[in-house]
This record gives sequence, structure tokens and C-alpha cells, in this order.
Amino acid sequence: MTRSWPGRLVLQLVVPVALVALWWQTSEDSTSFFYPPLSRIVESLQEDWIFEQVGTDLMPSLARFTVGYLIAAAAGIALGTLIGLAPRVRRAGQPVMEFLRSIPPPLLLPFVLVVVGIGNASKITLIAIGSVWPVLLNAIDGVRGVDPQVLDMARSFGLARRTQIARVILPAASPKIAVGMRTSLSVALILMVISEMQASTNGLGFQVLSAQRSFDSAGTYAGVIVIGVVGLVVNLGFLVAEGWIMRWHRGARGLLEDTDRRRGPIRRVRRRVPVRDAAAPAGEPPMVGTIGNTGTTGTTA
Amino acid sequence: MTVLEIDGVSKTYGSGDDAFTAIDEITFTTTPGELLCIVGPSGCGKTTLLRCASGLMPPTAGVVRLDDRAVTAPPRAMALVFQDYSRSLLPWMSVHDNVVLPLKAARVGRDERERLAGEALASVGLDGHGRKYPWQLSGGMQQRAAIARALAYQPEILLLDEPFASVDAQTRAELEDLLLDVWTRTGLTVLLVTHDIDEAVYLGSRIVVLSASPTRVKETIHVDLPRPRDQIETKEMPAFAHLRASVFASIKEESLRGAADI
Repeated sequence: MTRSWPGRLVLQLVVPVALVALWWQTSEDSTSFFYPPLSRIVESLQEDWIFEQVGTDLMPSLARFTVGYLIAAAAGIALGTLIGLAPRVRRAGQPVMEFLRSIPPPLLLPFVLVVVGIGNASKITLIAIGSVWPVLLNAIDGVRGVDPQVLDMARSFGLARRTQIARVILPAASPKIAVGMRTSLSVALILMVISEMQASTNGLGFQVLSAQRSFDSAGTYAGVIVIGVVGLVVNLGFLVAEGWIMRWHRGARGLLEDTDRRRGPIRRVRRRVPVRDAAAPAGEPPMVGTIGNTGTTGTTA
Repeated sequence: MTVLEIDGVSKTYGSGDDAFTAIDEITFTTTPGELLCIVGPSGCGKTTLLRCASGLMPPTAGVVRLDDRAVTAPPRAMALVFQDYSRSLLPWMSVHDNVVLPLKAARVGRDERERLAGEALASVGLDGHGRKYPWQLSGGMQQRAAIARALAYQPEILLLDEPFASVDAQTRAELEDLLLDVWTRTGLTVLLVTHDIDEAVYLGSRIVVLSASPTRVKETIHVDLPRPRDQIETKEMPAFAHLRASVFASIKEESLRGAADI
């Protein structure tokens, strides 16, 4: 596991490169309409996506995706915090939430088209409505799960409610929120494509669908590849940002490799196994241990 | 000078048949500037008592007063140090920001904040570590940071809930001496809850011994050991051994009674 990063990168590239080579090899002489040669797909990629349709289709798609996703994330965090902190709101809102989130979002597309119209607004609305749930549910969970002792600390130092939320509760819930945001990212991508498959005049989803409808199989493949690359880049971007923002979280859990190496094994063990209760930790005077043991027989609340 | 008065404080969890009385009519008062240790058998409701005393939890009966004013929320004049530093220091903030956060909340001006934080960190031997995150420090240093945060808050009374229970024996001795040093220099009233008899006798001016559950005050013992205290010299004194034995006897009686009850 001490492999350097170029080594790891090479290892991670082996399988994709092999797959592409295999694809290229097996498809080169293919005459099947459903399995066009990879060389033709690459040609199609070059013609359409480098860079002719970047401005006309890719950018509009990404813009819808970004706006929809950001709305979902912001609404999810805000609502989730509110619901997580107010048991009454939670109880009152639960049935409606359960109903709404069990509707498969693509099914909402016709509904959204009727209500919002066919412009960008409907696509953004669909993306936002569909991808809000993972953020929302994880935010609720994260806010509810904040360590009571951390809250005690915040109260004992007289932190105002607003400060508690901003400086204590939200950061404490942020690992959970990040998990939700990552799930939402995939959902938002799916909905971006789906929203562009109806009542649309541009976008990645629109291009893939129109290529398929005009029996341009290489173009269809090319569109799918572009969508895949977009998903990959967006996910990687998210991971990098998360890794940077949430560095403290990995550090606090003893998962930061660089600090681990510097600190050595003994401290790491101590950090990973915090002694939570009054039970005597190792190395205490023996007399105390005796009392602790007799005392715990049945008297622990 | 600040006086914390615990007056007939009881706390019962649940109701009806399931009711459990954690602490039962606890009464004691701190004298200004003393270091009062509260010792009791495990599970005797020490933490419940501290939560009531600090205003984090309302007692079922009785009143907590700080300078004759009933405590219903954590008072400004009080600071807490919790047992588990890993759950009381915020891992997403540097040590410095952890120390400064309560001061910001208390609307202390920027310069004053920096001065207080710097002084507090220096007084616990952490100057130069402010930029680090808590998890980059050892357990003992993290608890020092928690103490620094409490000191920077400029309380008149400091409450500590088993502050040294999560560190190894060596570090524990260091932190005990650090606390004594801080207490001597600041003249704070300190209320320390512990299950460690040696610690209580070594640190305290007075020891309140709690009974097994439902917890009452069993007895109060004055510790007349000379100061400054020393980990080796003080602990070698016959008077230390004697005090320790009497507290131990008192608690052992209680834990046996507690075990027999069930």
C-alpha cells in the first residue's frame, strides 16, 4: 500500500485501457448496425463534440444540471436542518415527505412540463425536485445525530442558537450531508438527461435521442460516451472538493495517511479508541479499578 | 467571590414504576477559591449532578444557585471541561478557533479575544499549537486545549467532569499538576468530579463523597495536606495515605451497599 501515486494511476488505467483496446479490436470490422466500429464512434465524437456541440448542447445541459443541483443542495440542507432540529415539524412532515419521495422523479416530467412549461425552468425544476431527497434525508439524519456532548459544550459556553447551527450543528452533520450530496449528484445527472428527452431542442439527452431516432448509431454511442465522461468528471470534481473541505473529518477519524505516518502507531490507537465511560482505562491505579468494578455491579444507570 | 450552592437537588428520570432517581437531595456549597472534589462509586450519578449544577439540565427538585441567583441555563461565570475531549473539541476547527469560539459568542472584541486565547494556550503549555487541529494533538494535549478554552472564557468557577479519565497515567499526573498550577495562579473556584480517589485527595481542598444510587452526600472530608502539592512527596505523606484510606472505606461501603441492593 506504499505504492507512489504514479504507480497507482498506472494500475487504475490498466483495466479501462484494456477494455477500450478490446472494444476497438472487436468492433473494427463490424458491419452490425448495433455495434459500429469504435473508429467511427471516435470520428463522430470529433465531428459533433469537438467542439461543435459543446456550446449548443453540452453547456446548456451543464448549466441546467448545475442550477438544479445547487437548488436541491441548498433546499435540502436548509429544510433538513429545520426538520432535523424540530421534532414536531418532522412528525408533521413525514407522511408528505414519504409520499413525495416515493414518486419516481422521471414520472414527474409530464407534470412539471404542464405546470412549469417547456423551457429551462421545467428541466431545472425536475432536476431539483428529484435530487433533493438524498441531501434532505441525510441532512435530517446528520442534524439529529449530532453528539449530545458537543451540544452540551455549545450550550455551556452560551453559544446562541444561530451560532450553534452555523458553527457546530451543520459542520457536525456535514459528513452525512456530503454523502447525500454525492448521491444527489448522480440523480441530478440522470434527471438532466431525462429532462432533455422530452420537449427539448438541445442538450446531451436531446442529442442522444435524436441520433438514435435518425439511425445514427455511432452518434448515439458518441453521445453516451460524452454523458459518461461528464458524469465521471463531475464525480471526480466532487470528490476532490469534498476531500479538501472534509479533510478534518478523515483526520479526526485517523484516516489521513500523511499525519498517520508522522504520528506513529501508539497515538493512533489511542485516538481511535476513545474511552467513553467512567470505566477505568489501562494504567490507572489498581485501587480505583477495584472500586469501579464493585461499583458497576448493578448500579450503573 | 463566586459561590455555587447546590440546594436539595434531585433528579429522577422517567416516571411511575420506571422512575429512577439518579441523585437525591444533594446539598453542598462551594467556598470561594476552593478546589472541591466530588467522588463517588461508578454509576452514582456524578455526571447528572454536574449537568444539573451547570444548568444544562433542570433538576426534578431543589435549586442550584450561583451567587444567590437560580441557575436555569449555563451561567456566563461558569465554564465546563468535559471528560471526553474528543467529543467536546470541534474537529473542524483549529485549536485556536476552538478556544476563540465561546469568546466570539460572548461578543468579546477581536484583540481581546486573541489576547485571551494566546494567554490561555500559553498557560496550558500549548503556545505554538493553535494552528493545529485537535486530532493532530495527543490526548493529553487535547484535554489541555479544552482547559485552555475554559480558561479563556474567564469564568469565576470551573466545572470539570472526570477531565483526566481518558488519558494514560503519566499524562494524568501532568494534567493534575497543570490544573493545580492554573488554580493557584487564577484563584478560580474549581469543582471537579472524579471517580479516582487518589486524584481527589491529591487535588482537593475538600472532598464531597457521594453514596451509591440513589445518590446522596455521604460525607464531606477536609483535605489539610500542605500546598504546593507534589506527585511524589505529597503522596508519600502518612496524612495522604490516611485520607485516601478513609475516602476509600467510605466509598467501598457504598459500592457494597449498592451491589447488595440489586
